[in-house]
Amino acid sequence: MDSYTLIGFSVFLGAIFVGGAISISKMLAFHSPEGDRKVQPYECSEEPIGGARIRFKVAFYIFALLFLLFDIEALFLFPCMKIFKAVINNQVVGISPTILFVELFIFIFILFFGLIYAWRKGVLTWE
Amino acid sequence: MTENNMNPLSTEMLYPVQNGIGNMVRTLFPESAFIINSLISICSLFLLVSLLPVFLIWLERKVAARFQARLGPMRVGYHGLLQSSADGLKLIFKEILKPEGADTFVFFLAPILPASATFLVMAILPFDHHLQVADPAGGVIYVIGISGLSILGILLAGWASNNKYSLLGAMRSGAQMISFEISLTLVMLLIVMLTGTASLREIVLSQQGTVADWWIFKLPGLGLIAFLMYMVSSTAELNRAPFDISEAESELTGGFATEYSGISFAMFFFAEFVNMFVSAGIAATFFLGGFLAPQIGVAFIDPLFAVIPGFVWFFLKTFFVIFLYMWFRWTFPRLRVDQLMYLEWKMLLPANLLLLMSGGFFMAMGGIL
Repeated sequence: MDSYTLIGFSVFLGAIFVGGAISISKMLAFHSPEGDRKVQPYECSEEPIGGARIRFKVAFYIFALLFLLFDIEALFLFPCMKIFKAVINNQVVGISPTILFVELFIFIFILFFGLIYAWRKGVLTWE
Repeated sequence: MTENNMNPLSTEMLYPVQNGIGNMVRTLFPESAFIINSLISICSLFLLVSLLPVFLIWLERKVAARFQARLGPMRVGYHGLLQSSADGLKLIFKEILKPEGADTFVFFLAPILPASATFLVMAILPFDHHLQVADPAGGVIYVIGISGLSILGILLAGWASNNKYSLLGAMRSGAQMISFEISLTLVMLLIVMLTGTASLREIVLSQQGTVADWWIFKLPGLGLIAFLMYMVSSTAELNRAPFDISEAESELTGGFATEYSGISFAMFFFAEFVNMFVSAGIAATFFLGGFLAPQIGVAFIDPLFAVIPGFVWFFLKTFFVIFLYMWFRWTFPRLRVDQLMYLEWKMLLPANLLLLMSGGFFMAMGGIL
């Protein structure tokens, strides 16, 4: 059996667990009559003014973009890291350790430069 | 579960008890040994995941109480051991409320997602030599990918609730979790670079030998720094104090979970506590030798430690890390949002890139291996 089949099987069990808990609760839970105050969004007993889907601070968006950048960076670094030890020990034919190390250095340096650029632009400062 | 591809002699000597059980299964049912092994692993995993949060919530309350010189829960069961089961049972009987204007589908989907995602990561934790449901070759990248699902659940919950507190809490913790996920990923990549493998089981096996071979002590000082970085970023990833700005009891009431009640609320807590166990387990796997018994080089203690089965060591190490998480909560004051972002983007991230470079440098110089 493939390892992902086994993972799938345990996730299936997990879904049964979660679904079972929720459906048991649906059957057993107490229901009181609905009133208009009962379903009001909680705002410390103030009457809520307007909905909650409002315009939001743009800094969150910029951080999400930066996250995408660096997470993809990590993904690109991953294969390089995986073979790094084998290359250093000369177990991989055709890749020289020095070249790999220099390439790694250049790649991380470019990212570092990008981080410094964002820093200088003041994007990383939260107000 | 991959086949055991290491030197059989050393395993036999190190783990006599487990190999005894494994050999018994193999001789009794030679063809179906693999299936039986997988079934045992999956069933014990299922039991473990459903009982863990109950125990962890009790532990959290007890540790918190002891730090404040109180007793904590004492009434239900021996030293309050059944308190959290009673609380869980009570939550099942509570009504599930949906606030006005909430998005019904997303509102009910949000707690289910992170709760079932916890099973995904638990399935690849190496509890013992033969107690691991699956061991995919790209285990590390898999862990990184799945940990994103808990962020998704929180963001969905905050948006769907139609509540300003929920939205603020969700956005805050979303920004925090994606930021700290980068440094978490980079620390994991450092270990992948040092071991040359991405399978969690092989990462554990790369630490065989004495305690000095664990990654936390291995590189001259760098291993310890990497462990500290892992602890900081995983605490932030778990939304635990001192990084709990998503809830920050005095500011945002319940954060993203403000509008949740009954079993939906319980699901969030379930996911939160299992995630804490998973983070601690990964810390134990990556840095503290996972299921390997600590060999300290003393002639009469080492064989004694080796007799104790591996999962006991795994749980001891994991609960040590969990205790550290609980300790942090009562030692460090909460950070502001801007301090949090400063810590991640201007301190941890550059430090992580430097750490990665120096790790590569050490390897290239052949200093450590």
